[in-house]
Amino acid sequence: MANLALEVGRTLQPEAILFWILAPLAVVSALGMLFVKKAVHSALLLAWVMVTLAIFYIAQDALFLGIVQIVVYTGAVMMLFLFILMLVGVDSSDSLVENIRGQRPASIAAAIGLGGLIISLISRANIGVETIGLQDANSMGNVQGLAQQLFTKYVWAFEVVSALLITAALGAMVLAHSTSTKSRTAQRDQSIARFRGASLATAAGLPSSGVFARHNAVDVPALLPDGSPAPTSISATLEARGDMLSSKPFELEAKEVEED
Amino acid sequence: MTTAQLIGNDPGWITLVKGLLIFIVCVLATLMSVWGERRIVARMQQRLGPNRVGPFGLVQALADGVKLALKEDLIPKAADRIVFVIAPIISATTCFMSFAVIPLSGKVTLFGHKTVMQLTDIPVGVLYVLAIASVGVYGIVLAGWSSGSTYPLLGGLRSSAQVISYEVAMGLSLVAVFIYSGSMSTSDIVAAQHQWWFCVTLFPSFVIYAISMVGETNRAPFDLAEAEGELVGGFHTEYSSLKFALFFLAEYVNIVAVSALATTLFLGGYHALPGLGFTESWLGGWFTVIWFLTKVIFFFFIFVWLRGTLPRLRYDQFMKFGWKVLIPFSLVWIMIVSTLRVLSLQGAPRAVVIGFVVGVVLLVFAGTTLVESAKKRRINEDALGEVLAPTFPVPAIPGSKTIKRTEQLNG
Repeated sequence: MANLALEVGRTLQPEAILFWILAPLAVVSALGMLFVKKAVHSALLLAWVMVTLAIFYIAQDALFLGIVQIVVYTGAVMMLFLFILMLVGVDSSDSLVENIRGQRPASIAAAIGLGGLIISLISRANIGVETIGLQDANSMGNVQGLAQQLFTKYVWAFEVVSALLITAALGAMVLAHSTSTKSRTAQRDQSIARFRGASLATAAGLPSSGVFARHNAVDVPALLPDGSPAPTSISATLEARGDMLSSKPFELEAKEVEED
Repeated sequence: MTTAQLIGNDPGWITLVKGLLIFIVCVLATLMSVWGERRIVARMQQRLGPNRVGPFGLVQALADGVKLALKEDLIPKAADRIVFVIAPIISATTCFMSFAVIPLSGKVTLFGHKTVMQLTDIPVGVLYVLAIASVGVYGIVLAGWSSGSTYPLLGGLRSSAQVISYEVAMGLSLVAVFIYSGSMSTSDIVAAQHQWWFCVTLFPSFVIYAISMVGETNRAPFDLAEAEGELVGGFHTEYSSLKFALFFLAEYVNIVAVSALATTLFLGGYHALPGLGFTESWLGGWFTVIWFLTKVIFFFFIFVWLRGTLPRLRYDQFMKFGWKVLIPFSLVWIMIVSTLRVLSLQGAPRAVVIGFVVGVVLLVFAGTTLVESAKKRRINEDALGEVLAPTFPVPAIPGSKTIKRTEQLNG
């Protein structure tokens, strides 16, 4: 680690400044991602870590990789947001109940294995060696060089990985798919149903509520032409909650009208 | 010297001046576009629009901005305070960033220094704009989530789903441009359109981009994320004062940004209209900025025109259109474009190219004819079914057999 810090100190000035500002931020937000309570905060910090990584890639002449990192990973984290909002709910924190038996030891073992792998890789990294072949690889341009590698030398691996991804996407769709027993009623079906019903009273839709808006107008029933309240104009939910106002004070009485 | 080399030679202070100029142009464009939109929509609805503050009401947007800034700044009790404050900042900063790679002019002299009005020229410029756009959506999603109430949440969810699906179509429409210009850098793409603009040679891509850019900016008829009739104000319902002003600013700067990108990719950027190429050297090259702005204003007018003309789409129809029409269509179009490109690059004989084009056209005709006839048959079957059970007199349903019904009604 000390070696790494020394090496960073010797790199070009602007890149070093960038590193010393962004790297601590990235580490802090990566730790924060593990320890914050709300799932959305976690996802937000993850997005920030991805963005800082992208900036590092760009600073190290991997322009295409950096930009694609932002496009792909911020897009992916956005999906994560959607999943959090849809599955976990708006403001609940994660449930700690173990659904799958033996998941905890398995995941601990996997984490240790992955950590060991990464540490052994990093410890074998060559520090302080001039980059070899970077100029050569980028001689035709970063994007062109990458494309050439992907579509000539590594085309088989590339195709296999893309087939794997497509299979995974299809699998997710199949698992999430459920066939409904009857088709959902659309606007058109509802309209037809209204006219085919026994009475045509509701064919034009229910009357709207709140003729006299002295209160929150939604809880006041509409008045029929004869001055009596129309109970169907109030939402059933409001009625069940007891939030419906009596329409008595708003009713027109024949006498009053004559006096006016 | 190429554009990238020219920009590389800029001293630091020229870059600063250029950045400042671009920022000023963006803010002024926002003020002007708010005024312009209100006046144009007013004309379309046979009203006058704002005409009191300043000549022709030109300063109206500025007055509104001052009024917004002086309003009380509310943060709802249920809101997540930090995210609630960060969201408008993300929106307002990202919207300016995409202008860094847009070439606003050809070669000009700025304070005695030869340069171009483009802040930076990176080989993946257009991808950079897409990346910035995808970060910008965070502003909307986070605003919706952090407000702690239902309407903003629904607005934020709608918007993220909308942007994810329309960014796919947008990215696919750009692929054809990349294939034909052989580059992803904005200045190279403009240079590749020296003779033919891509809106002519790649017309389907242009149409797809134009549709998805409206979806991307949350504008009518695709403004489902802030549908007034359904969601009050959508993601910004709980915002007031300067924070709301930032969202407002971001929306209009975004419109200008996607219009500028459309100009760069499809309308030849800062190049003059065909046949008027001699104007490009006027004013020491600065006249190209006027051409660029004219094209951007043209796109802006289209935005306003759409808003004044079309009703809002229903959400499911909108998503269906994105996934089942735009994306498959652009995939097929990319296949055609890349085949043509390979044919021309490999020097295939003219007969093969023409044969391919004729084959594609015939296939399209055959396909559409089959679909249309199937649709007609279905409509006829539906109409026959409907005639059988009218219980009261109704106006004739188009396409139904009216004679049959009158017979039935008469007994």
